[in-house]
Amino acid sequence: MPKVLLNRIAAARSGDKGEGSNVGILARSQAAYEFLERELTCERMREHFAAINPGGVVRYDAPNIRVLNFILADSLGGGGSASLKTDAQGKTHGLAALRMELDVPQAVLDATPEA
Amino acid sequence: MSSKEPVLIANGQGFWGDSILGPVRLVKEGPLHYLTLDYLAEVTLSIMQKLRGRDPSKGYATDFVAMLDRILPEAIEKGVKIVANAGGVNPQACRAAVFEVLRKHGLTGVKVATVEGDDILADLDALLAAGETFRNMDTGADLAAVRAAVTSANVYLGAFPIAEALDQGAQIVITGRGTDPGLVLGPMIHEFGWGPADLDKLAAGTVAGHIVECGAQCTGGNYTDWRKIPDMAMVGYPVIEAHADGTFAVTKHEGTGGLVDVDTVTHQLAYEMGDPANYITPDVIADFTSIRLEQERPNRVRVTGAVGRPATPTYKVSLSYQDGWKSTGQLTVSGPDALAKAQLCADIVWKRLAYDGYEYGPDERMVEFVGANVCHEGIAIQEATQASEVVLRMGVKGPDRAKVERFGSELVPLVTSGPPGVTGFAGGRPKATEIIGFWPALVNKDRIRTKVTVESV
Repeated sequence: MPKVLLNRIAAARSGDKGEGSNVGILARSQAAYEFLERELTCERMREHFAAINPGGVVRYDAPNIRVLNFILADSLGGGGSASLKTDAQGKTHGLAALRMELDVPQAVLDATPEA
Repeated sequence: MSSKEPVLIANGQGFWGDSILGPVRLVKEGPLHYLTLDYLAEVTLSIMQKLRGRDPSKGYATDFVAMLDRILPEAIEKGVKIVANAGGVNPQACRAAVFEVLRKHGLTGVKVATVEGDDILADLDALLAAGETFRNMDTGADLAAVRAAVTSANVYLGAFPIAEALDQGAQIVITGRGTDPGLVLGPMIHEFGWGPADLDKLAAGTVAGHIVECGAQCTGGNYTDWRKIPDMAMVGYPVIEAHADGTFAVTKHEGTGGLVDVDTVTHQLAYEMGDPANYITPDVIADFTSIRLEQERPNRVRVTGAVGRPATPTYKVSLSYQDGWKSTGQLTVSGPDALAKAQLCADIVWKRLAYDGYEYGPDERMVEFVGANVCHEGIAIQEATQASEVVLRMGVKGPDRAKVERFGSELVPLVTSGPPGVTGFAGGRPKATEIIGFWPALVNKDRIRTKVTVESV
Protein backbone atom coordinates (compact mmCIF):
# COMPACT_ATOMS: atom_id res chain seq x y z
CA MET A 1 0.00 0.00 0.00
CA PRO A 2 1.39 3.43 -0.87
CA LYS A 3 2.50 5.56 2.07
CA VAL A 4 1.23 9.12 1.66
CA LEU A 5 0.65 12.20 3.80
CA LEU A 6 -2.90 12.75 5.03
CA ASN A 7 -2.79 16.00 3.03
CA ARG A 8 -2.99 13.90 -0.17
CA ILE A 9 -6.54 12.75 0.65
CA ALA A 10 -7.80 15.43 3.06
CA ALA A 11 -7.77 19.13 3.88
CA ALA A 12 -8.17 20.59 7.38
CA ARG A 13 -9.18 23.54 9.50
CA SER A 14 -8.59 24.02 13.21
CA GLY A 15 -9.29 26.54 15.95
CA ASP A 16 -9.68 26.91 19.69
CA LYS A 17 -12.35 25.23 21.75
CA GLY A 18 -11.92 26.21 25.40
CA GLU A 19 -8.67 24.73 26.70
CA GLY A 20 -8.41 22.51 23.63
CA SER A 21 -8.67 22.76 19.88
CA ASN A 22 -10.91 21.31 17.22
CA VAL A 23 -9.32 19.79 14.13
CA GLY A 24 -11.75 19.30 11.26
CA ILE A 25 -10.49 16.80 8.68
CA LEU A 26 -12.14 17.30 5.27
CA ALA A 27 -11.92 14.21 3.05
CA ARG A 28 -11.15 15.04 -0.58
CA SER A 29 -13.45 12.27 -1.93
CA GLN A 30 -16.13 9.86 -0.77
CA ALA A 31 -13.62 7.01 -0.97
CA ALA A 32 -11.21 9.00 1.19
CA TYR A 33 -13.98 9.72 3.70
CA GLU A 34 -14.86 6.04 4.03
CA PHE A 35 -11.18 5.10 4.43
CA LEU A 36 -10.58 7.80 7.06
CA GLU A 37 -13.79 6.94 8.90
CA ARG A 38 -12.21 3.50 9.51
CA GLU A 39 -8.55 4.37 9.91
CA LEU A 40 -8.33 7.84 11.42
CA THR A 41 -9.28 6.86 14.94
CA CYS A 42 -9.09 8.97 18.08
CA GLU A 43 -6.18 6.79 19.21
CA ARG A 44 -4.31 7.51 15.97
CA MET A 45 -4.81 11.27 16.43
CA ARG A 46 -3.89 11.09 20.12
CA GLU A 47 -0.55 9.47 19.24
CA HIS A 48 0.10 11.96 16.44
CA PHE A 49 -0.50 14.95 18.74
CA ALA A 50 1.06 13.41 21.86
CA ALA A 51 3.70 16.15 22.21
CA ILE A 52 1.12 18.94 21.82
CA ASN A 53 -1.98 17.50 23.51
CA PRO A 54 -1.62 15.68 26.86
CA GLY A 55 -5.42 15.42 26.99
CA GLY A 56 -7.93 13.07 25.40
CA VAL A 57 -9.33 13.07 21.86
CA VAL A 58 -13.00 12.85 20.83
CA ARG A 59 -14.30 12.48 17.27
CA TYR A 60 -17.61 13.62 15.74
CA ASP A 61 -18.60 12.61 12.22
CA ALA A 62 -20.44 14.72 9.64
CA PRO A 63 -20.72 12.41 6.62
CA ASN A 64 -22.94 14.89 4.74
CA ILE A 65 -20.00 17.27 4.35
CA ARG A 66 -17.32 14.52 4.61
CA VAL A 67 -15.83 15.95 7.78
CA LEU A 68 -14.34 14.12 10.76
CA ASN A 69 -14.18 16.60 13.62
CA PHE A 70 -11.62 15.91 16.35
CA ILE A 71 -11.52 17.67 19.70
CA LEU A 72 -8.05 17.72 21.31
CA ALA A 73 -8.99 18.37 24.94
CA ASP A 74 -5.80 20.00 26.26
CA SER A 75 -3.72 21.24 23.33
CA LEU A 76 -3.32 24.95 24.05
CA GLY A 77 -1.14 25.12 27.16
CA GLY A 78 -4.02 26.32 29.32
CA GLY A 79 -6.00 28.03 26.59
CA GLY A 80 -7.30 31.57 26.25
CA SER A 81 -5.16 34.23 27.79
CA ALA A 82 -3.52 31.73 30.18
CA SER A 83 -1.51 30.12 27.37
CA LEU A 84 2.15 31.02 26.88
CA LYS A 85 2.36 29.17 23.56
CA THR A 86 2.87 30.80 20.17
CA ASP A 87 -0.16 28.96 18.81
CA ALA A 88 -2.48 29.61 21.72
CA GLN A 89 -5.57 29.11 19.49
CA GLY A 90 -4.61 25.87 17.74
CA LYS A 91 -4.71 27.63 14.36
CA THR A 92 -1.90 25.40 13.02
CA HIS A 93 -3.17 22.06 14.36
CA GLY A 94 -5.06 21.31 11.14
CA LEU A 95 -1.87 21.50 9.08
CA ALA A 96 -0.07 19.48 11.76
CA ALA A 97 -2.66 16.73 11.30
CA LEU A 98 -2.15 16.76 7.52
CA ARG A 99 1.53 15.81 8.06
CA MET A 100 0.47 12.37 9.32
CA GLU A 101 1.79 9.45 7.24
CA LEU A 102 -0.80 6.86 6.25
CA ASP A 103 -0.84 3.62 4.24
CA VAL A 104 -3.61 4.33 1.76
CA PRO A 105 -4.93 1.73 -0.72
CA GLN A 106 -4.23 2.58 -4.37
CA ALA A 107 -7.95 2.42 -5.12
CA VAL A 108 -8.60 5.24 -2.62
CA LEU A 109 -5.82 7.33 -4.17
CA ASP A 110 -7.19 6.68 -7.67
CA ALA A 111 -10.63 7.87 -6.54
CA THR A 112 -9.22 11.01 -4.90
CA PRO A 113 -8.05 13.83 -7.16
CA GLU A 114 -4.89 15.63 -6.07
CA ALA A 115 -5.36 19.15 -4.75
CA MET B 1 -42.78 40.15 5.61
CA SER B 2 -40.05 41.08 3.25
CA SER B 3 -40.68 42.80 -0.03
CA LYS B 4 -37.22 41.83 -1.20
CA GLU B 5 -36.03 38.29 -1.75
CA PRO B 6 -33.37 37.15 -1.53
CA VAL B 7 -32.28 39.27 1.39
CA LEU B 8 -28.54 40.01 1.20
CA ILE B 9 -26.70 39.76 4.52
CA ALA B 10 -22.93 40.15 4.73
CA ASN B 11 -20.40 39.87 7.51
CA GLY B 12 -17.66 42.47 7.28
CA GLN B 13 -15.81 41.85 10.53
CA GLY B 14 -14.86 38.35 11.65
CA PHE B 15 -13.34 39.36 14.97
CA TRP B 16 -12.02 42.34 16.93
CA GLY B 17 -9.02 43.45 14.89
CA ASP B 18 -10.21 42.32 11.46
CA SER B 19 -9.45 44.60 8.48
CA ILE B 20 -11.51 47.77 8.07
CA LEU B 21 -11.53 47.03 4.31
CA GLY B 22 -14.13 44.30 4.91
CA PRO B 23 -17.04 46.63 5.74
CA VAL B 24 -15.72 49.51 3.61
CA ARG B 25 -15.62 47.37 0.46
CA LEU B 26 -18.89 45.51 1.18
CA VAL B 27 -20.80 48.79 1.25
CA LYS B 28 -19.00 50.16 -1.80
CA GLU B 29 -18.66 47.19 -4.15
CA GLY B 30 -22.02 45.49 -4.44
CA PRO B 31 -25.68 45.16 -3.53
CA LEU B 32 -26.37 44.64 0.18
CA HIS B 33 -29.25 44.88 2.64
CA TYR B 34 -27.55 44.06 5.94
CA LEU B 35 -23.98 44.46 7.14
CA THR B 36 -23.16 42.46 10.28
CA LEU B 37 -20.02 43.00 12.35
CA ASP B 38 -18.49 41.03 15.22
CA TYR B 39 -16.27 42.94 17.66
CA LEU B 40 -16.32 40.76 20.76
CA ALA B 41 -13.72 38.17 21.63
CA GLU B 42 -14.04 36.46 25.01
CA VAL B 43 -11.26 38.52 26.52
CA THR B 44 -12.81 41.78 25.23
CA LEU B 45 -15.66 42.14 27.71
CA SER B 46 -13.36 41.92 30.71
CA ILE B 47 -11.21 44.73 29.28
CA MET B 48 -14.32 46.78 28.51
CA GLN B 49 -15.63 46.43 32.09
CA LYS B 50 -12.31 47.81 33.29
CA LEU B 51 -12.49 50.74 30.84
CA ARG B 52 -16.06 51.57 31.89
CA GLY B 53 -15.02 51.37 35.55
CA ARG B 54 -12.52 54.19 34.91
CA ASP B 55 -14.81 56.23 32.62
CA PRO B 56 -18.60 55.69 32.42
CA SER B 57 -18.62 56.81 28.77
CA LYS B 58 -16.31 53.93 27.73
CA GLY B 59 -16.65 50.16 27.49
CA TYR B 60 -17.65 49.62 23.87
CA ALA B 61 -15.77 48.92 20.60
CA THR B 62 -14.37 52.28 19.52
CA ASP B 63 -13.15 50.69 16.26
CA PHE B 64 -16.79 50.37 15.24
CA VAL B 65 -17.40 54.11 15.57
CA ALA B 66 -14.23 54.95 13.60
CA MET B 67 -15.33 52.52 10.88
CA LEU B 68 -18.85 54.04 10.72
CA ASP B 69 -17.25 57.43 10.14
CA ARG B 70 -15.97 56.02 6.84
CA ILE B 71 -19.02 54.09 5.65
CA LEU B 72 -22.15 55.70 7.11
CA PRO B 73 -23.01 58.30 4.43
CA GLU B 74 -22.90 55.66 1.70
CA ALA B 75 -24.55 52.94 3.81
CA ILE B 76 -27.46 55.21 4.76
CA GLU B 77 -27.87 56.39 1.17
CA LYS B 78 -27.98 52.80 -0.10
CA GLY B 79 -30.30 51.68 2.72
CA VAL B 80 -27.82 49.18 4.15
CA LYS B 81 -28.74 48.31 7.73
CA ILE B 82 -25.99 47.59 10.23
CA VAL B 83 -26.06 45.02 13.03
CA ALA B 84 -23.03 44.92 15.33
CA ASN B 85 -22.18 43.60 18.79
CA ALA B 86 -19.99 46.69 19.22
CA GLY B 87 -21.87 47.79 22.36
CA GLY B 88 -19.63 45.70 24.58
CA VAL B 89 -20.66 46.42 28.17
CA ASN B 90 -21.98 49.90 27.34
CA PRO B 91 -24.31 49.91 24.30
CA GLN B 92 -25.88 53.26 25.32
CA ALA B 93 -22.49 55.00 25.25
CA CYS B 94 -21.79 53.36 21.90
CA ARG B 95 -25.07 54.77 20.57
CA ALA B 96 -24.14 58.25 21.83
CA ALA B 97 -20.86 57.99 19.90
CA VAL B 98 -22.71 56.80 16.78
CA PHE B 99 -25.04 59.82 17.10
CA GLU B 100 -21.96 62.05 17.03
CA VAL B 101 -20.89 60.46 13.74
CA LEU B 102 -24.37 60.87 12.27
CA ARG B 103 -24.45 64.56 13.27
CA LYS B 104 -21.00 65.12 11.85
CA HIS B 105 -22.19 63.87 8.46
CA GLY B 106 -25.48 65.76 8.68
CA LEU B 107 -27.52 62.55 8.70
CA THR B 108 -30.83 63.02 10.50
CA GLY B 109 -33.75 60.76 11.34
CA VAL B 110 -31.59 57.63 11.50
CA LYS B 111 -32.92 55.16 14.07
CA VAL B 112 -30.33 53.46 16.25
CA ALA B 113 -31.29 50.58 18.55
CA THR B 114 -29.53 49.07 21.51
CA VAL B 115 -30.06 45.53 22.75
CA GLU B 116 -29.22 45.12 26.43
CA GLY B 117 -29.70 42.61 29.20
CA ASP B 118 -26.67 40.42 28.53
CA ASP B 119 -24.48 42.13 31.13
CA ILE B 120 -25.32 40.45 34.47
CA LEU B 121 -22.20 41.37 36.43
CA ALA B 122 -24.13 43.66 38.79
CA ASP B 123 -26.88 41.03 39.26
CA LEU B 124 -24.59 38.10 39.97
CA ASP B 125 -25.14 37.91 43.72
CA ALA B 126 -28.91 38.29 43.35
CA LEU B 127 -28.96 35.50 40.77
CA LEU B 128 -26.86 33.28 43.05
CA ALA B 129 -29.26 34.01 45.91
CA ALA B 130 -32.18 33.12 43.64
CA GLY B 131 -30.71 29.67 43.10
CA GLU B 132 -28.60 30.01 39.96
CA THR B 133 -25.33 28.12 40.55
CA PHE B 134 -23.14 29.21 37.62
CA ARG B 135 -21.35 25.89 37.98
CA ASN B 136 -18.48 25.61 35.46
CA MET B 137 -19.86 23.79 32.40
CA ASP B 138 -16.53 22.13 31.65
CA THR B 139 -15.24 21.20 35.09
CA GLY B 140 -18.38 21.19 37.26
CA ALA B 141 -16.64 23.45 39.78
CA ASP B 142 -18.59 25.83 42.02
CA LEU B 143 -18.39 29.55 41.19
CA ALA B 144 -17.43 30.25 44.81
CA ALA B 145 -13.88 29.23 43.86
CA VAL B 146 -13.46 32.40 41.77
CA ARG B 147 -16.43 34.62 42.76
CA ALA B 148 -14.29 37.35 44.32
CA ALA B 149 -12.11 37.57 41.20
CA VAL B 150 -14.93 37.81 38.62
CA THR B 151 -14.49 40.81 36.30
CA SER B 152 -17.29 40.31 33.77
CA ALA B 153 -20.41 38.17 33.31
CA ASN B 154 -22.35 38.20 30.06
CA VAL B 155 -25.19 36.11 28.71
CA TYR B 156 -25.05 35.03 25.09
CA LEU B 157 -28.36 36.45 23.86
CA GLY B 158 -30.04 35.13 20.72
CA ALA B 159 -31.36 36.60 17.49
CA PHE B 160 -34.91 37.59 18.50
CA PRO B 161 -34.02 40.87 20.29
CA ILE B 162 -32.13 41.93 17.14
CA ALA B 163 -35.22 41.15 15.04
CA GLU B 164 -37.33 43.16 17.51
CA ALA B 165 -35.04 46.18 17.08
CA LEU B 166 -35.34 45.91 13.29
CA ASP B 167 -39.15 45.51 13.60
CA GLN B 168 -39.14 48.90 15.36
CA GLY B 169 -37.46 50.46 12.35
CA ALA B 170 -33.84 50.53 13.50
CA GLN B 171 -31.25 51.13 10.76
CA ILE B 172 -28.35 50.47 13.11
CA VAL B 173 -28.56 47.83 15.85
CA ILE B 174 -25.94 47.84 18.61
CA THR B 175 -25.83 44.83 20.91
CA GLY B 176 -23.70 43.61 23.75
CA ARG B 177 -22.81 39.91 24.04
CA GLY B 178 -24.85 37.65 21.78
CA THR B 179 -24.17 34.62 19.69
CA ASP B 180 -22.21 35.32 16.52
CA PRO B 181 -24.74 33.54 14.22
CA GLY B 182 -27.52 35.62 15.83
CA LEU B 183 -26.23 38.73 14.05
CA VAL B 184 -27.18 37.08 10.73
CA LEU B 185 -30.26 35.19 11.93
CA GLY B 186 -31.81 38.34 13.46
CA PRO B 187 -32.33 40.11 10.11
CA MET B 188 -33.83 36.89 8.63
CA ILE B 189 -36.35 36.63 11.49
CA HIS B 190 -37.28 40.28 10.91
CA GLU B 191 -37.54 40.03 7.11
CA PHE B 192 -39.39 36.72 6.93
CA GLY B 193 -41.47 36.87 10.10
CA TRP B 194 -40.10 33.61 11.47
CA GLY B 195 -41.16 32.60 14.98
CA PRO B 196 -39.59 30.49 17.74
CA ALA B 197 -41.39 27.40 16.39
CA ASP B 198 -39.86 27.68 12.88
CA LEU B 199 -37.06 25.41 13.99
CA ASP B 200 -35.69 24.31 10.62
CA LYS B 201 -35.59 27.92 9.41
CA LEU B 202 -33.89 29.10 12.59
CA ALA B 203 -31.39 26.28 12.14
CA ALA B 204 -30.76 27.36 8.54
CA GLY B 205 -30.14 30.95 9.61
CA THR B 206 -27.81 29.68 12.32
CA VAL B 207 -25.84 27.63 9.79
CA ALA B 208 -25.63 30.72 7.57
CA GLY B 209 -24.41 32.78 10.50
CA HIS B 210 -21.77 30.20 11.39
CA ILE B 211 -20.49 30.12 7.81
CA VAL B 212 -19.93 33.89 7.62
CA GLU B 213 -19.06 34.67 11.24
CA CYS B 214 -15.31 34.64 10.62
CA GLY B 215 -15.46 36.87 7.56
CA ALA B 216 -13.09 35.79 4.80
CA GLN B 217 -12.53 32.35 6.34
CA CYS B 218 -15.32 31.03 4.08
CA THR B 219 -14.20 32.89 0.95
CA GLY B 220 -10.65 31.57 0.66
CA GLY B 221 -8.87 32.76 3.79
CA ASN B 222 -7.03 30.21 5.94
CA TYR B 223 -7.68 27.56 3.29
CA THR B 224 -5.58 24.38 3.02
CA ASP B 225 -4.97 24.55 -0.75
CA TRP B 226 -4.05 28.23 -0.64
CA ARG B 227 -2.43 28.29 -4.08
CA LYS B 228 -5.89 27.79 -5.57
CA ILE B 229 -7.20 31.10 -4.19
CA PRO B 230 -7.18 33.98 -6.69
CA ASP B 231 -6.37 37.54 -5.60
CA MET B 232 -6.26 36.90 -1.85
CA ALA B 233 -5.26 40.54 -1.26
CA MET B 234 -8.66 41.73 -2.49
CA VAL B 235 -10.59 38.82 -0.96
CA GLY B 236 -14.35 39.37 -0.97
CA TYR B 237 -16.14 39.11 2.36
CA PRO B 238 -19.10 36.72 2.40
CA VAL B 239 -22.65 37.59 1.46
CA ILE B 240 -25.64 35.35 2.30
CA GLU B 241 -28.59 35.36 -0.11
CA ALA B 242 -31.40 34.39 2.24
CA HIS B 243 -34.84 33.07 1.28
CA ALA B 244 -38.05 32.95 3.32
CA ASP B 245 -38.15 29.13 3.11
CA GLY B 246 -34.83 28.86 4.98
CA THR B 247 -32.68 27.99 2.01
CA PHE B 248 -29.75 30.27 1.28
CA ALA B 249 -26.66 30.72 -0.85
CA VAL B 250 -23.18 31.78 0.17
CA THR B 251 -21.54 34.15 -2.27
CA LYS B 252 -19.42 37.30 -2.52
CA HIS B 253 -19.55 40.45 -4.56
CA GLU B 254 -18.79 40.34 -8.29
CA GLY B 255 -15.17 41.15 -9.13
CA THR B 256 -13.77 40.57 -5.64
CA GLY B 257 -10.88 38.20 -4.91
CA GLY B 258 -11.03 34.89 -3.11
CA LEU B 259 -13.18 31.85 -3.81
CA VAL B 260 -16.54 30.50 -2.68
CA ASP B 261 -16.90 26.80 -3.40
CA VAL B 262 -18.09 23.71 -1.55
CA ASP B 263 -14.56 23.26 -0.16
CA THR B 264 -14.08 26.78 1.20
CA VAL B 265 -17.53 26.71 2.79
CA THR B 266 -16.93 23.24 4.27
CA HIS B 267 -13.66 24.48 5.76
CA GLN B 268 -15.58 27.12 7.69
CA LEU B 269 -18.33 24.69 8.72
CA ALA B 270 -15.57 22.70 10.42
CA TYR B 271 -14.20 25.73 12.28
CA GLU B 272 -14.54 25.83 16.07
CA MET B 273 -17.04 23.00 15.74
CA GLY B 274 -17.99 20.75 18.63
CA ASP B 275 -20.66 18.12 18.05
CA PRO B 276 -22.01 18.99 14.59
CA ALA B 277 -25.36 17.30 15.28
CA ASN B 278 -25.96 19.52 18.32
CA TYR B 279 -25.00 23.13 17.64
CA ILE B 280 -26.69 24.82 20.59
CA THR B 281 -27.78 28.47 20.47
CA PRO B 282 -30.42 30.31 22.53
CA ASP B 283 -32.75 30.14 19.50
CA VAL B 284 -32.48 26.53 18.34
CA ILE B 285 -30.35 23.39 18.34
CA ALA B 286 -29.09 23.20 14.78
CA ASP B 287 -28.07 19.88 13.22
CA PHE B 288 -25.12 20.55 10.91
CA THR B 289 -25.17 16.91 9.76
CA SER B 290 -28.47 17.57 7.99
CA ILE B 291 -27.36 20.16 5.45
CA ARG B 292 -26.49 19.77 1.76
CA LEU B 293 -24.05 21.98 -0.14
CA GLU B 294 -24.22 22.43 -3.88
CA GLN B 295 -22.11 24.54 -6.25
CA GLU B 296 -24.72 26.48 -8.24
CA ARG B 297 -22.26 28.50 -10.26
CA PRO B 298 -18.78 29.88 -9.72
CA ASN B 299 -18.50 31.60 -6.33
CA ARG B 300 -22.00 30.59 -5.28
CA VAL B 301 -22.84 27.66 -2.97
CA ARG B 302 -26.45 26.78 -2.17
CA VAL B 303 -27.23 25.36 1.27
CA THR B 304 -30.42 23.37 1.91
CA GLY B 305 -31.87 20.80 4.27
CA ALA B 306 -31.08 22.36 7.66
CA VAL B 307 -32.90 20.70 10.55
CA GLY B 308 -33.48 22.28 13.96
CA ARG B 309 -34.70 21.08 17.34
CA PRO B 310 -36.21 23.14 20.20
CA ALA B 311 -33.85 25.38 22.13
CA THR B 312 -32.81 24.59 25.70
CA PRO B 313 -34.31 26.49 28.69
CA THR B 314 -30.93 28.06 29.48
CA TYR B 315 -28.58 30.71 28.16
CA LYS B 316 -24.85 30.22 28.11
CA VAL B 317 -23.00 32.73 30.29
CA SER B 318 -19.39 33.72 29.86
CA LEU B 319 -17.78 34.88 33.08
CA SER B 320 -14.23 36.09 33.25
CA TYR B 321 -12.02 36.37 36.30
CA GLN B 322 -8.56 37.54 37.26
CA ASP B 323 -6.43 34.40 37.10
CA GLY B 324 -2.88 35.55 37.83
CA TRP B 325 -0.11 37.06 35.74
CA LYS B 326 2.03 36.18 32.77
CA SER B 327 4.99 37.56 30.89
CA THR B 328 6.51 36.52 27.57
CA GLY B 329 9.43 37.88 25.62
CA GLN B 330 11.67 36.98 22.73
CA LEU B 331 15.13 37.38 21.28
CA THR B 332 16.52 36.36 17.91
CA VAL B 333 19.62 34.16 17.84
CA SER B 334 21.57 33.98 14.60
CA GLY B 335 23.73 31.12 13.33
CA PRO B 336 26.11 29.50 13.18
CA ASP B 337 24.72 27.00 15.68
CA ALA B 338 21.57 29.06 16.21
CA LEU B 339 19.59 26.36 18.00
CA ALA B 340 22.42 25.29 20.32
CA LYS B 341 23.03 28.91 21.30
CA ALA B 342 19.33 29.57 21.85
CA GLN B 343 19.14 26.50 24.11
CA LEU B 344 22.11 27.84 26.07
CA CYS B 345 20.40 31.23 26.38
CA ALA B 346 17.28 29.63 27.87
CA ASP B 347 19.39 27.70 30.41
CA ILE B 348 21.19 30.90 31.36
CA VAL B 349 17.92 32.77 32.03
CA TRP B 350 16.57 30.07 34.35
CA LYS B 351 19.93 29.77 36.19
CA ARG B 352 20.24 33.52 36.78
CA LEU B 353 16.67 33.72 38.04
CA ALA B 354 17.24 30.71 40.32
CA TYR B 355 20.40 32.35 41.72
CA ASP B 356 18.21 35.28 42.74
CA GLY B 357 15.61 33.01 44.36
CA TYR B 358 13.09 32.88 41.52
CA GLU B 359 12.17 29.38 40.40
CA TYR B 360 9.18 28.50 38.24
CA GLY B 361 7.42 25.13 38.08
CA PRO B 362 7.12 23.11 34.85
CA ASP B 363 3.56 24.38 34.33
CA GLU B 364 4.59 27.95 35.04
CA ARG B 365 7.32 28.33 32.44
CA MET B 366 7.69 27.97 28.70
CA VAL B 367 10.53 27.94 26.18
CA GLU B 368 10.07 27.87 22.42
CA PHE B 369 12.65 27.90 19.64
CA VAL B 370 10.60 29.44 16.84
CA GLY B 371 11.94 28.21 13.51
CA ALA B 372 12.86 24.86 15.04
CA ASN B 373 9.49 23.15 15.11
CA VAL B 374 7.30 24.94 17.62
CA CYS B 375 3.87 24.76 15.99
CA HIS B 376 4.12 21.11 14.98
CA GLU B 377 6.10 19.84 17.95
CA GLY B 378 6.74 16.11 17.79
CA ILE B 379 5.18 15.92 14.33
CA ALA B 380 7.22 17.73 11.69
CA ILE B 381 10.35 16.15 10.31
CA GLN B 382 12.71 18.74 11.60
CA GLU B 383 16.02 20.00 10.38
CA ALA B 384 16.09 22.49 13.18
CA THR B 385 19.81 22.33 13.77
CA GLN B 386 20.26 23.71 10.25
CA ALA B 387 18.13 26.82 10.85
CA SER B 388 20.00 29.99 9.95
CA GLU B 389 18.46 31.73 12.96
CA VAL B 390 15.83 30.94 15.55
CA VAL B 391 13.62 33.11 17.73
CA LEU B 392 13.99 32.26 21.39
CA ARG B 393 10.61 32.80 23.00
CA MET B 394 10.25 32.39 26.76
CA GLY B 395 7.50 33.04 29.27
CA VAL B 396 6.32 32.46 32.82
CA LYS B 397 3.01 32.70 34.63
CA GLY B 398 1.69 32.46 38.17
CA PRO B 399 -0.28 34.19 40.91
CA ASP B 400 2.63 36.37 42.14
CA ARG B 401 2.95 39.49 40.00
CA ALA B 402 6.39 40.46 41.28
CA LYS B 403 7.78 37.00 40.54
CA VAL B 404 6.37 37.09 37.01
CA GLU B 405 7.71 40.61 36.50
CA ARG B 406 11.21 39.57 37.66
CA PHE B 407 11.51 37.10 34.77
CA GLY B 408 11.30 39.89 32.18
CA SER B 409 14.49 41.55 33.38
CA GLU B 410 16.74 38.56 32.60
CA LEU B 411 16.04 38.27 28.86
CA VAL B 412 17.64 41.38 27.38
CA PRO B 413 20.96 41.03 29.30
CA LEU B 414 21.73 37.99 27.11
CA VAL B 415 22.67 40.39 24.32
CA THR B 416 25.90 41.26 26.09
CA SER B 417 26.32 38.38 28.56
CA GLY B 418 25.33 35.36 26.45
CA PRO B 419 26.65 33.65 23.32
CA PRO B 420 27.32 35.79 20.20
CA GLY B 421 24.67 36.72 17.64
CA VAL B 422 21.80 37.56 20.02
CA THR B 423 19.61 40.43 18.79
CA GLY B 424 16.01 41.46 18.16
CA PHE B 425 15.22 42.82 21.62
CA ALA B 426 12.95 45.56 20.24
CA GLY B 427 10.11 46.37 22.58
CA GLY B 428 12.31 46.34 25.64
CA ARG B 429 11.74 44.43 28.85
CA PRO B 430 8.69 42.13 28.87
CA LYS B 431 5.98 43.28 31.31
CA ALA B 432 3.64 41.20 33.44
CA THR B 433 0.08 41.23 32.12
CA GLU B 434 -3.12 39.94 33.67
CA ILE B 435 -4.38 36.48 32.79
CA ILE B 436 -8.11 36.55 32.25
CA GLY B 437 -9.67 33.19 33.06
CA PHE B 438 -12.95 32.02 31.54
CA TRP B 439 -15.78 30.39 33.33
CA PRO B 440 -18.52 29.05 31.06
CA ALA B 441 -21.84 28.51 32.82
CA LEU B 442 -25.59 28.37 32.25
CA VAL B 443 -28.45 30.50 33.54
CA ASN B 444 -32.19 29.93 33.24
CA LYS B 445 -33.67 32.06 30.49
CA ASP B 446 -36.60 33.27 32.60
CA ARG B 447 -34.19 35.12 34.91
CA ILE B 448 -32.85 37.32 32.11
CA ARG B 449 -34.63 40.45 30.87
CA THR B 450 -33.58 41.74 27.48
CA LYS B 451 -34.22 45.38 26.69
CA VAL B 452 -34.52 46.88 23.21
CA THR B 453 -34.62 50.66 22.82
CA VAL B 454 -34.73 52.68 19.62
CA GLU B 455 -33.77 56.35 19.41
CA SER B 456 -32.99 58.64 16.52
CA VAL B 457 -30.67 61.57 16.21
